[in-house]
Amino acid sequence: MREKLLEIKNLSVIYSTEGKIVEAVNHISLDLYKGEAIGLIGETGAGKTTTALSVLNLIPNPPGKIISGEILFEGENILEMDHKNLRKMRGNKISMIFQDPMTALNPVMTVGDQIAEVVRLHDKASRKDAFIKAQQMLETVGIPGNRMHDYPHQFSGGMKQRVVIAISLACNPALLIADEPTTALDVTIQEQVLELMETLQKDFNTSLLLITHDLGVVAEVCKRVAIMYAGEIVEQGTLEQVYNHTAHPYTVGLFNSIPNFHEDVRRLKPIVGQMPDPAALPKGCHFAARCPDVMDKCLEKSPPIINLNDEHTVKCYKYVGQEGAE
Amino acid sequence: MKTLLEVQNLKKHFKTPKGMLHAVDGVSFKINERQTLGVVGESGCGKSTLGRTIVHLTPRTSGKIIFDGQDISKVDGGALKKLRPQMQMIFQDPYASLNPRMSVFQTISEPLIINQRVDNKQELIKKVTRLMETVGLSHKLANAYPHELDGGRRQRIGVARALALNPRFIVCDEPVSALDVSIQAQILNLMQDLQEELGLTYLFITHDLSVVKHISDHILVMYMGKMVEYTSAKNVFKNRYHPYTKALLAAVPIPKVGGKKERVILKGEITSPVNPKPGCRFASRCAYATDICLIEEPKFEVVQADHFVACHHVKTINAL
Repeated sequence: MREKLLEIKNLSVIYSTEGKIVEAVNHISLDLYKGEAIGLIGETGAGKTTTALSVLNLIPNPPGKIISGEILFEGENILEMDHKNLRKMRGNKISMIFQDPMTALNPVMTVGDQIAEVVRLHDKASRKDAFIKAQQMLETVGIPGNRMHDYPHQFSGGMKQRVVIAISLACNPALLIADEPTTALDVTIQEQVLELMETLQKDFNTSLLLITHDLGVVAEVCKRVAIMYAGEIVEQGTLEQVYNHTAHPYTVGLFNSIPNFHEDVRRLKPIVGQMPDPAALPKGCHFAARCPDVMDKCLEKSPPIINLNDEHTVKCYKYVGQEGAE
Repeated sequence: MKTLLEVQNLKKHFKTPKGMLHAVDGVSFKINERQTLGVVGESGCGKSTLGRTIVHLTPRTSGKIIFDGQDISKVDGGALKKLRPQMQMIFQDPYASLNPRMSVFQTISEPLIINQRVDNKQELIKKVTRLMETVGLSHKLANAYPHELDGGRRQRIGVARALALNPRFIVCDEPVSALDVSIQAQILNLMQDLQEELGLTYLFITHDLSVVKHISDHILVMYMGKMVEYTSAKNVFKNRYHPYTKALLAAVPIPKVGGKKERVILKGEITSPVNPKPGCRFASRCAYATDICLIEEPKFEVVQADHFVACHHVKTINAL
C-alpha cells in the first residue's frame, strides 16, 4: 500500500502589494506518496514556486500570506510548526533545489564547506566527519572529491547544479523539491542532471516534487502529474492519464503549443491570449477567456473538480456528469 | 533559388587575458532567399557571435560575408548605415532589449526617424500603427512602456522594430527562449506568417531543437566555434551522422509517455574555446575518438547530397 508523505489540502496563498491583492495559489490540494516523483507543470505566474515555498513554510510574510489550508508532512501540519521545528525540518527532511545554481550557492564559501554545513547542522556531526560526508556526496553526484576546496565560480553551470543537489541530498531527506532544476542548463547537461536525480531518487527512496514548465522533462522523470494554471490545479493524474487521455482544454492547448520533434506540423496551434492578471482573476473559470470550449456557466462560477477515473481529476464543466467515465 | 547571404570561412576571435578565444572559427554557409537556416548548439558554441558578426554588430576577424551578391565584409560608415535597414536583428531577452524609458510607439518609430523614412508625423503614426497591427499588438498599447507588458507582447515589439525598415534578412537570436510555451507558439506562428507575406530570410539561432526543426529549412549544428553538421531540417531527424548531433538530439526530452528509449549520456562538458588544441574539438567527449581525432582537425565534407559532416570516422560510425 502506498503511504502518503505529503498532503496539501485546500491551500490558498495571497500576496498583497500596493493595495492590490494577488491570488497566487487558490484552493489547491495535492498528495505525494513515499518514494514517488510528481511533476507540477505550469507557465510563468501559475503559482508553482509559491506552492513549493509554502511546503517549506518559506512564503515571505509580508507581502505573502497563507490564508487557508494545511500542509501535512508525515501527519504533522507544517503551517503550525514553530521556528525551531521548521529549522530542523528544512534541509533535513525536506530540501529544495532552486532553479539557478549560480545564485543558490554562497560565492565566498568552498563547496565542501557548504555541503558540510548542512551535515553539521542537522546530523550534529563533527567537523571531520562532516567533511568526509561532503566528499562522499560530491563523488555521489559525479564530482571528484578533491574539488571540495574549490569555490563555486570554479565550476561550470552543470557542476554547480550537481553541488546544489549534493547539498540537498546530504541529509537524506524524505522529500526533495526541485524548482526548475534544469531550466538554466544546456540539453546535454540537463540529461546528465536528470539521470543523476532519477538514480539518486531511487537509491535514497526520496519523494520528488518536480516543478517545471517542460512537459518533456516530466515525462522522463515522473509517474504522476499536476497541471497548474493561474493558481489552480486544473488537471491531475498519472503520467499516462494526463498525457494520453488529456482532458482539460488548457492541457490540450499546452500540448498543441510545443513543436513536436517527431512529427511534421507546419503550424502550431497556440492558446490564444494571455494568462489573466492574478490581481484581478475572473470569478468563473480562470481559463475561460482563452478556452475554445467556453460555455456560459464557465464565466459565472468556478468549475467543480471532476474525478474521471481513479486518480485522474479535472477542473472543468465539460466533464460534469462524466465521473468515472474513463 | 537565389542565394541571399553567403558566409565564407568566417572567423571571430576575441583577445582575453588567457589567450585567443576562438568564438567562431571558420564557418561557411549559404542561405537562399525566403528560407530559414537554424543554427543550434549549446551555450558558448559561438552561435550568437556568428549572428552578431554577420550583421556587423561586432567586427569580424577574417572571412567573407556576401549579401545579395555584394561583398559586405569590409563596409563601414555611411555604407554600413545604408546596409543596416536590410539586415535586422531580433534579440533573445525582450526584457533587456527594449529601452525601459521609451514607449512602444517611440521604440518602433525610432528606426523610421533615424533613416528618414517618413516625411511627417501623420505618416509616422500611420506606419507605426500598421507595424503594430502586423505583429498583433493592439494600437491601444502605443503609449505603454515595456514594464507594463508581458514577455510575449514585448517580443512582438522587438519583431515590429526589426520589421520597421522592410528588411530582407533578419537574424533571430533565441527569440522565443524567454517565453512560455503557449506564447512561444504564438510568436513562432507570427514569424512564419511574416516570412511568407514579406518574403523574409531568417538566420534562426536557438538551443531548442524542437523549435529549430519546426521553423527551419536547413540546420547547422555548431560546437565550440566549428561547424559540425549541416543538412535539411527534414533530414536531421532521419539521418544524423555526427556523434555530437546524435547525442544532442537524443538529449531532447520528449513529452510523451515512454517517449524516451534510452539515455545517451554525453560525458563531460563543453570546454573553453580559449587557445583550442589541434584536432577535433569534440574529441574529449566523443565515444568514438581515436588518435587521429586528437591530432588532425576533421574536414567539413559532403557525405550525401545536401548533407555535410565534420568527423574523421563518419563513414565507419554510420556504415556509409
